[in-house]
Amino acid sequence: MTVVREIDVEVRVNGAAYRCGVPPRLTLADFLRERCGLTGTHLGCEHGVCGACTVLLDGEAVRSCLVFAVQADGAEVTTVEGMAGPGDELSPVQAAFRDHHGLQCGFCTPGFVVSVTAFLRDHPDPTDEEIRQGLSGNLCRCTGYQGIIAAVRAAAGQHARRGREEPTAAHP
Amino acid sequence: MKPAPFDYLAPTTAEEVVSALVELGDTAKVLAGGQSLVPMLALRLAAFDHLVDIGRVAELRGVERRDGALWVGAGTAQATIERSAEVASAVPLLARATPLIGHFQIRNRGTIGGSLVHADPAAEYPAVALALDAGLEVLGPDGRRTVPATEFFIGLWSTAVGEQELLTGVTFPLWDGRCGFAVREFARRHGDFAVAGAAVALELDGDDRVRRCRIALFGLGSTPERATAAEAAVTGAVVGEVDLEEVGRLAMSSLDSVPSDLHGSSAYRRRVGGSMVARALRAAGEEARGR
Repeated sequence: MTVVREIDVEVRVNGAAYRCGVPPRLTLADFLRERCGLTGTHLGCEHGVCGACTVLLDGEAVRSCLVFAVQADGAEVTTVEGMAGPGDELSPVQAAFRDHHGLQCGFCTPGFVVSVTAFLRDHPDPTDEEIRQGLSGNLCRCTGYQGIIAAVRAAAGQHARRGREEPTAAHP
Repeated sequence: MKPAPFDYLAPTTAEEVVSALVELGDTAKVLAGGQSLVPMLALRLAAFDHLVDIGRVAELRGVERRDGALWVGAGTAQATIERSAEVASAVPLLARATPLIGHFQIRNRGTIGGSLVHADPAAEYPAVALALDAGLEVLGPDGRRTVPATEFFIGLWSTAVGEQELLTGVTFPLWDGRCGFAVREFARRHGDFAVAGAAVALELDGDDRVRRCRIALFGLGSTPERATAAEAAVTGAVVGEVDLEEVGRLAMSSLDSVPSDLHGSSAYRRRVGGSMVARALRAAGEEARGR
């Protein structure tokens, strides 16, 4: 039987540094929930299918149940708790989910919000087909997805409008 | 946390990885992007005393032209390949297969080497490597060797990489001239493993005759397979005169272990596979004729 050491890791989560010893088999998802107390990251399937545990790892959306905390040593993580603006103002994606009934029970919502935030950053003006592909890695058992697609479309519209307004403002 | 306990090593050079594998033997497993291994650990379908993480080995990452070919480091993320202008221009088939792998969150972690060594018969990259005759660079205790793709996939989820060896990179030959490339697959949802699929590379001469044709099939056996009879039927023909449906049927005719499961019987997979071959051939032919 192998003697398993605890390994010291330091991970920055939503701007704050967390440092502790962890067993290697501790997933990043469990690290966030149990060591950091950030229970917004939800665990559904725990084997990479449902997407509920999606977080940003060094800016890229990943399933935190498929990353061990030891692999995230030295990395920067953003969870759903880090999405809202100053004064807890909802992010454009969060607000669009609320406005367009993009959630019912809310269990899958953190994963969707994180995934969609990364997706719209990389695809600011997606087609409906691209939206559907972008959402394919997250499962929702309540909404039937139509409200979620409407929310992404609305949030993308805000992105696109902001993108168009900025150059105009810079050259009055 | 659901996996059985394991010890964790994170070497920073390929030689250190191999030394660890030599020392630990079959109690160790290489951890690349973890998008297939970690689910297997979580479900306890697999358990190892040691995981050797190659995520901190910088020399395993990168995309570069080497000796008239494109070298892709085994630890290069699928997302990096997807965004690479170099891959898109030098090895279009690799670029076009990439968005079909899993979901974007998976591709952010998953690596080309992990996909090749995991060798799922329904995966895209093994078929691309086979279609293009890629060379797979393997480092072991006795040094480096290059395994041709035709000898790499030896069975269900098993490859020519030994227990004490590490896949370090993949070399893709460049196809110049009037070429076309296409991947077509049918999956129940975008991102699921394909029920059946085909990767095709075509080269035409100046008279639209097929000079070279490669057809690799996935999801249709225990390993990815080349459809050599179908390739031979297409080679030498004028591309616009090929009976695509017939070539699709021919590509299915030599298969003897088409899987059958709740997502489709083997007869159904053959019909889907034949159609995927026809569609990929049509797309590759149209691209090549436009050049």
